[in-house]
Amino acid sequence: MNHYAYFVSVGVMLLGVAGIATSRNLVHTVVCLSVAQSGTYVLLIAVGFQYGGVAPIFGGQVGSRTPVVDPVVQALTLTDIVVSAAVTSMLLALVIQIAKRHRAIDPDRLGRLEG
Amino acid sequence: MTRRIRLIVLGVGIAAFSAAMLLAFTGMPRFGGDVHAYRDAAVAASYGHDTANAVSSINFDQRGFDTFGEETILFCAVVGVAALLRPVHRERRREVSDAGHVLESTGLLVYVLFPLTVVLAVNVVAHGAVTPGGGFQGGVILSTGIHLLYVGGRYSLLRKLRPLGWFQQGEALGVVLFGALGIAGAALGSALFANVIPQGQLSDFISAGTVPLFNVAVGMTVCSSVVVLLASFLDQALAIRAERGNGSGPDPRSGPEEGTAS
Repeated sequence: MNHYAYFVSVGVMLLGVAGIATSRNLVHTVVCLSVAQSGTYVLLIAVGFQYGGVAPIFGGQVGSRTPVVDPVVQALTLTDIVVSAAVTSMLLALVIQIAKRHRAIDPDRLGRLEG
Repeated sequence: MTRRIRLIVLGVGIAAFSAAMLLAFTGMPRFGGDVHAYRDAAVAASYGHDTANAVSSINFDQRGFDTFGEETILFCAVVGVAALLRPVHRERRREVSDAGHVLESTGLLVYVLFPLTVVLAVNVVAHGAVTPGGGFQGGVILSTGIHLLYVGGRYSLLRKLRPLGWFQQGEALGVVLFGALGIAGAALGSALFANVIPQGQLSDFISAGTVPLFNVAVGMTVCSSVVVLLASFLDQALAIRAERGNGSGPDPRSGPEEGTAS
């Protein structure tokens, strides 16, 4: 299987999306969004992988000629994680407000244009 | 939209998305191959500025402006959460006592781990340009260490050791520091977020020019952000209670108080 890691990333993302669509609890929805976003971490890291490559921390045994894995996608993954944390916290705060106002966190039980 | 229609739409979407992805992946370079053009360019640039940790070099040197945007996103999210989680109508804040039972082993573990975590966090931030780690990771570790006190059952101790106003200002200060370092790059060097400080020797503690300074600024912001975020959520869970009864109109006692006022 040559593209195994790529399929894993898509699988994780689709699991998250399916979870969002079938969710009966807004907290569950937010967690599913995090799961879907985790798929992108796997994809980014898989794109930068190289067989035999080491971590891109230089000095000592690792010189400019040593094969390393791609640090660019690792930096992008770091950005991705930070944005994911920000989005998750913001959405959870919104869920708390919805729960207070409507006393329900099932998206199907919230009225139109309010969910 | 009924549940059934939603599931059908979901199925069609997943099938189409999977097909598109399958098509895309078969056209991609081989997994684990040794052709990484961006990697080669980034490693060369990282060596050019004597930064041992290539990921830090990319985040704070080569694409510093992007990271500034990322930090601003985090900052805005925290401000949004703080605004959303203020006490609203018919809510009041109650005193939280330290009642409740905590296992002695948990308490001991917290006493052992708290200083260790704080030292580890400072270490991770300080060596961000030399070893794996950096401002983001160190900031999260530091805020986790602070919240170990809550795991040990000491909410009042947590509140004493965590003057929230300081963290709110620390967060803003971190963002300002980051921007100021970027502007300093423009003023003293060639471009915004340029690495203007002499870079020294690769993998020395003092090396990589501005990268360690950016790490400190980001560490400050991230730690303060997580502390403020968790303080808002803990406040909701522990301190804020709805008024009993269904009195109408705003309650004069429910105004913003210490903690969530921003």
